[in-house]
Amino acid sequence: MMRLELVKRAEKSRLMSVLSPVFAVALTVVFAGIVFAAQGHNPLSGIWYFFLEPVTSLWGVEQLITKATPLIIIALGLSVCYLSNNWNIGAEGQLTIGAIVGSIPPILFPDFVNPLVLPLMLLMAMAGGALFALIPAKLKTSFGTNEILTSLMLVYCSNLFLDWMVRGPWRSPQGYNFPITIDFHEWAVLNAVDVGGIYLNLSAPIALVLVVILAVVMRSTLKGFEIRVLGQSPRAGSFAGFSNRRMTAFAFALSGALAGLAGMMVVMSEIGKLQPVISPGYGFTAIIVAFLGRLNPVGILIAGLVIASSYLGGEAIQTSLQMSSKLATVIQGVLLFFVLAADTLILYKVRLVTGREGEGARA
Amino acid sequence: MLEAIILTVITAATPLLLAATGELVVEKSGVLNLGVEGMMVMGAVAGFAVTVSTGSPLLGIVGGAVAGVLTSLIFAFVTLTLVANQVASGLALTLFGLGLSGLMGESFVGQPGIKLQSLDIPGLTTLPFVGKILFGQDILVYLSFAAVFGVAWFLNRTRAGLILRAVGDNHASAHALGYSVIGVRYVAVMFGGAMAGLGGAYLSVAYTPLWVENMTAGRGWIALALVVFASWMPWRAAIGAYLFGAVTVLQFHAQALGIGFPSQFLAMLPYLATVIVLVAISGNRRATLFNTPSSLGKSFVPDR
Repeated sequence: MMRLELVKRAEKSRLMSVLSPVFAVALTVVFAGIVFAAQGHNPLSGIWYFFLEPVTSLWGVEQLITKATPLIIIALGLSVCYLSNNWNIGAEGQLTIGAIVGSIPPILFPDFVNPLVLPLMLLMAMAGGALFALIPAKLKTSFGTNEILTSLMLVYCSNLFLDWMVRGPWRSPQGYNFPITIDFHEWAVLNAVDVGGIYLNLSAPIALVLVVILAVVMRSTLKGFEIRVLGQSPRAGSFAGFSNRRMTAFAFALSGALAGLAGMMVVMSEIGKLQPVISPGYGFTAIIVAFLGRLNPVGILIAGLVIASSYLGGEAIQTSLQMSSKLATVIQGVLLFFVLAADTLILYKVRLVTGREGEGARA
Repeated sequence: MLEAIILTVITAATPLLLAATGELVVEKSGVLNLGVEGMMVMGAVAGFAVTVSTGSPLLGIVGGAVAGVLTSLIFAFVTLTLVANQVASGLALTLFGLGLSGLMGESFVGQPGIKLQSLDIPGLTTLPFVGKILFGQDILVYLSFAAVFGVAWFLNRTRAGLILRAVGDNHASAHALGYSVIGVRYVAVMFGGAMAGLGGAYLSVAYTPLWVENMTAGRGWIALALVVFASWMPWRAAIGAYLFGAVTVLQFHAQALGIGFPSQFLAMLPYLATVIVLVAISGNRRATLFNTPSSLGKSFVPDR
């Protein structure tokens, strides 16, 4: 009988820290190839259509950036949570509530039309998302309630709340009874600008700026140090005078604010009003992005683009190979498993041993 | 009237109870598998697929359990053999399960299913009041009753149960005594997978004989909350599951009565109830700490 045996390394392998996500992506490509082959397609052409073909056109690159932007923004916030050992998995709900709160100006005050509306909406969305995220944070710090379960339960509540808003009080009188709100006015939407053949709006540069800010904060400020220390050893952190409670509130508020911002910008650029569904699960997919990016801002930037390409790949195989676009979600899940498994290589050497050898080693 | 309500409460509670008793054993062995939702939804799609293609709901149930076990093995390999982070891997399992079940179930959307028939126990089903409730149910409901007693007996009255608890409370000592920590945990995770798979199959074969994408609708997460609520005691998990069943039924009845209250807020009730219950239970920190398996969520690498 053969089995795997782990041997602890003396210290973290720097080489493997860089290589493990690469391994994970490579294994995912192999996995995808096997799936294509199993469905009777040429695995190489499947891989081409899924991973590469979408980014061969300018339009594809534009779509890639559009899809990657919210994922990156949300994952940045989640990375601060996960690094500090706060398991916020309710970003999808914070995105929704943020978008609802941020939509108050154009929906309730449609006559308030001036350039101030845009920043006001973004700020209100961030505040809404942050406050909503503070509910599981507060329950965790005051009562020790498990934040994983509470933050997730609130996602269901927030989606139902949005559903009620667009069918009830905020339903557009001109909407032929469809569950939609009135269209946002000109200062409440993000218009795309031509950048070398690609149409982009303000959200992509905002995501880039956030990546840079967070990279600097994590690398060279006391706050970044505090986040990491409290995540690795709350006891050591408390000796340094850091407060675990304040960190929980900070991490949740930050990730909620970023999720709200991302949600608002998706609504302002792609939809232009509120409707029952405003996100294709960005808040959940961002969890994968955060881990694939190794909870590092630059890593998250790359990971966001990789995962966004899988959304496009799903659409591409649907049109070119008549396969289900749902394969994309499966591949995202598989990728996360490979990432987590490959991370073992950073701390351990993996050996394949036969049964007899293993027994001998134990005796 | 009361009989009818109790019957619907049991129906709504059974998938939660099946999944929660499974996860309870998993957590008692020191493993936190947050992928219950993923295993459940895989059980639901497999249960439906097998039922429709073989024409036998019983085979469908078996298919659901097998799918749950197979899904749980991915988690077991990644967290137990490769010692990956259990929280992240559990989330991955849920996302993966939701994706794969959507893909597998695509061709079954809108197809009629076959409902699992109740298995009346001759002579007892006709008893007044308790007859239909206790003896006129389908096989999965009996199984959920049996699971509560079986798991309670196993954990507290058998040697194997004692070993499993030892592994969950102090894996280093259990290893030093010569028990296979990883082996015990593999079996526990697979049991949890089977039970979650059964819970999922119950949804698509007995509760509403249909396949709808994401049809578990957070029940796997509620099952996880039930384990915390139950302080890792099977009979308390049963109480919790029936309470949640009651909340769900209350919501349907309120909607049917047309109370002037938006249906969306009624639909929030089970989720809000979960949050409230979690807060209430975590207020009593000492009891929670006392019952929590000490090695819960911690990876184990045997030193040789």
